[in-house]
Amino acid sequence: MPIITDHLTYVYGSKTTLQKTALNDVSVKIDDGQFIGLIGHTGSGKTTFLQLLAGLIKPASGTVYLDGEDIYAKDFDKRTLRSKLGIVFQYPEHQLFEETVFKDVCFGPKNLGVDDKETELRAYEALKMIGLEDEVFYQSPFDLSGGQKRRVAIAGVLAMKPKILILDEPTAGLDPAGRNDILGLILKLQKEQGMTIILVSHSMEDVAEYADRVLVMDKGSIVFDNTPREVFKHHEELKELGLSVPQVSVAMSKLREKGLPVKTDAITVEEAVKEIIRVLR
Amino acid sequence: MLKDVTLGQYYQADSPIHKLDPRVKLVGTLLYMISLFIFNNIYCYAIAAVFLITVIILTKVPVWYMLKGLKAVLFIMLFTVVFNIFFTPGEYIFEFGIFHISREGIKGAVFMIIRLTLLIVSASIMTLTTTPNRLTDGIEKLFRPLKLIKVPVHEMAMMMSIALRFIPILMEEADKIMKAQTARGAKFDSKKFMDRVKSLIPLIVPLFISAFRRASDLALAMEARCYHGGEGRTKMKPLKYKAGDIVSYVILALYIAAMVAVGILSARLAFFQFLSK
Amino acid sequence: MRFIKAEKVTFEYIRRDEDGNVEGINRAVDSVSLDVKEGDFISILGANGSGKSTFAKHLNSILLPTEGTVWVDGMDTKDEEKILDIRMATGMVFQNPDNQIIGQVVEEDVAFGPENMGVPTQEIIERVEESLKTVGMLDYRKDSPNKLSGGQKQRVSIAGVLAMHPKCIVLDEPTAMLDPVGRKEVIRALRALNDVEKITIILITHYMEETIYSDKIFVMNKGKIAMEGTPREIFSRVEELEEYKLEVPQITKLAYELKKQGLRLPDCVLTVKELADALSR
Repeated sequence: MPIITDHLTYVYGSKTTLQKTALNDVSVKIDDGQFIGLIGHTGSGKTTFLQLLAGLIKPASGTVYLDGEDIYAKDFDKRTLRSKLGIVFQYPEHQLFEETVFKDVCFGPKNLGVDDKETELRAYEALKMIGLEDEVFYQSPFDLSGGQKRRVAIAGVLAMKPKILILDEPTAGLDPAGRNDILGLILKLQKEQGMTIILVSHSMEDVAEYADRVLVMDKGSIVFDNTPREVFKHHEELKELGLSVPQVSVAMSKLREKGLPVKTDAITVEEAVKEIIRVLR
Repeated sequence: MLKDVTLGQYYQADSPIHKLDPRVKLVGTLLYMISLFIFNNIYCYAIAAVFLITVIILTKVPVWYMLKGLKAVLFIMLFTVVFNIFFTPGEYIFEFGIFHISREGIKGAVFMIIRLTLLIVSASIMTLTTTPNRLTDGIEKLFRPLKLIKVPVHEMAMMMSIALRFIPILMEEADKIMKAQTARGAKFDSKKFMDRVKSLIPLIVPLFISAFRRASDLALAMEARCYHGGEGRTKMKPLKYKAGDIVSYVILALYIAAMVAVGILSARLAFFQFLSK
Repeated sequence: MRFIKAEKVTFEYIRRDEDGNVEGINRAVDSVSLDVKEGDFISILGANGSGKSTFAKHLNSILLPTEGTVWVDGMDTKDEEKILDIRMATGMVFQNPDNQIIGQVVEEDVAFGPENMGVPTQEIIERVEESLKTVGMLDYRKDSPNKLSGGQKQRVSIAGVLAMHPKCIVLDEPTAMLDPVGRKEVIRALRALNDVEKITIILITHYMEETIYSDKIFVMNKGKIAMEGTPREIFSRVEELEEYKLEVPQITKLAYELKKQGLRLPDCVLTVKELADALSR
């Protein structure tokens, strides 16, 4: 179920006020089962791009094809889109509204027109997937801890059984353990269920660790599109875009400067350890 | 949709009207509105229009920006016009079935449009040229005497000012929640009224919760910054009348005098016309 | 000189069910004792729900201990007559930048504190200017806070506290909702305040890399102080930190892994430069 964006452009503001191009002529193809890391500083157009993929705003020009179908065509049924593509917004726990956790997770599938039995089954599965204990299912979502609320909100999207999952900074505000829980869950979804993942993150370390492909955005355009290893070689260019590279990446360059003959393309701790040991032994 | 509301938004410019004390603008707007209701004949409206146009030019706010405020109330205007045209009894100049248009109806409708336009534009001049903070300061100081009869003037002004600050934040939040729920398959455009009301629950509940959360955060932050009511508070920008404000009051008084004079004159004229018939 | 002294501070709150019956008692802060010297930069680390925010609120009389005592600049926080003095001595900055800005213009917001304190008009103007200058936000004094970035908003909040001329500023996760650029801006501003103005800083966070310059770190877990020491002492105990759901910066982790592999490295490495120096020797 590949996604193709065709010269996608989005403009903010009406004719009378100041116009701002938030997304400028973006054409990419995202294949099934990929884990995409989307990075860019605040205001680079990431959120606009995601909202266009999810069919939540109308492009000024260009369009998005999902499975070969134009999602902005007049006769396209948006329900097809909703059942195939799920999006988890920033601080998704702020959308919870039902009396119980379980009911809230049922909201998505119900809207898709799934029958009651199937809806409940899906909700149960989704809640199990995110690792919530059974006794919490019938509590009010507002009584949960921050991390639990976040996971329930994600379950609400998973219950719609999307093949493509978009997440906009799903770990914002969580502590390291909470962060690892969520990222581990996402990786599991990709590996075990073959979901396509598009993850927006400010943590270069996380992107380096999890993504197979990195898209870097700046001023509404995609400026880099490659594997994390290739993208994170561009220390200076990324710095100019207000971004950074993983700390180990910086360390390897520094070591080489100091005369240690290490290769500088390590992007995770494990790779860096291996490389340094190789050189020093 | 939510972003189109320009009524009540501040427009930054360097103009004599922007510099006026908010109390002058408050009193001025109030008196102007009252004058429109009391003296409703064509001569007085001419004076009122000239006065308003002069003020508009002085504000340096683009005219199209000001008229955008009218868009929001276009529906109400159309409604009153239609109502006036069709339901004013008098000398019919057009009849079709139960519909009839009278000379008086047209006259009434025209008057109505002029009056509404003047009213709305004058109110928006005040909000366009005064920051909400200065406006609440003005209200607080202007109504200070009401404290004597136990009206919590400071608290109400503070409340207004906080409400104004959070309107754009909550609007943005509503937009976000709406998008998030749409992505979960919610529909906000149902044809049936009851469905529509029901469909608002996933929007309203999170919005309320967010507003309460923000309110309690804000209360904490205010307390941490030593807020303890209006008692013993000082101001960074205390309101003080300057020469320009006094001049404005004089101009305002002259305007009122002119309206009264013309109002009385035209009433007399009408009376004589009536006598000579 | 000792500025803050907490002695066996315990804070409990009562959980109630829907009918208002007592369900149980939660002990958010459990017998915490600590001293803070005037002019120190202190960090309090801890996972979500470790009690660090609850404890922070005791430092300027927003919460009062159920048991134990907190002294701020020699004043007992339970002394109601001293409340305003205590709040003038220790200012507080909170997590959400939007929910603590009261004014609709930057300078009006900064003036809010001094206005409440009854500072004369001329002096308020001076204080506002000086505080905005200190955090580098003077150019934005006439702007609406809604137009600022997260990092800028937090710097305005810091200026708002500074204008009250406090001896100490407590910051409760001020960077949790910011992007990396905003995070750096805030931390840089805090270090300058501590270095130049000699203001005592108490920073509550779960980002380890923000704490490497502090004089002392306290780690909280389940309401108790679990670890205490200099950054170097704390960061060398990687496994213990992970137990408390925290994580050392990637560079420290890399050095730790290399040391496990038998390389001769110092006990704790905090910066890229330190690692490069140690390895190239």
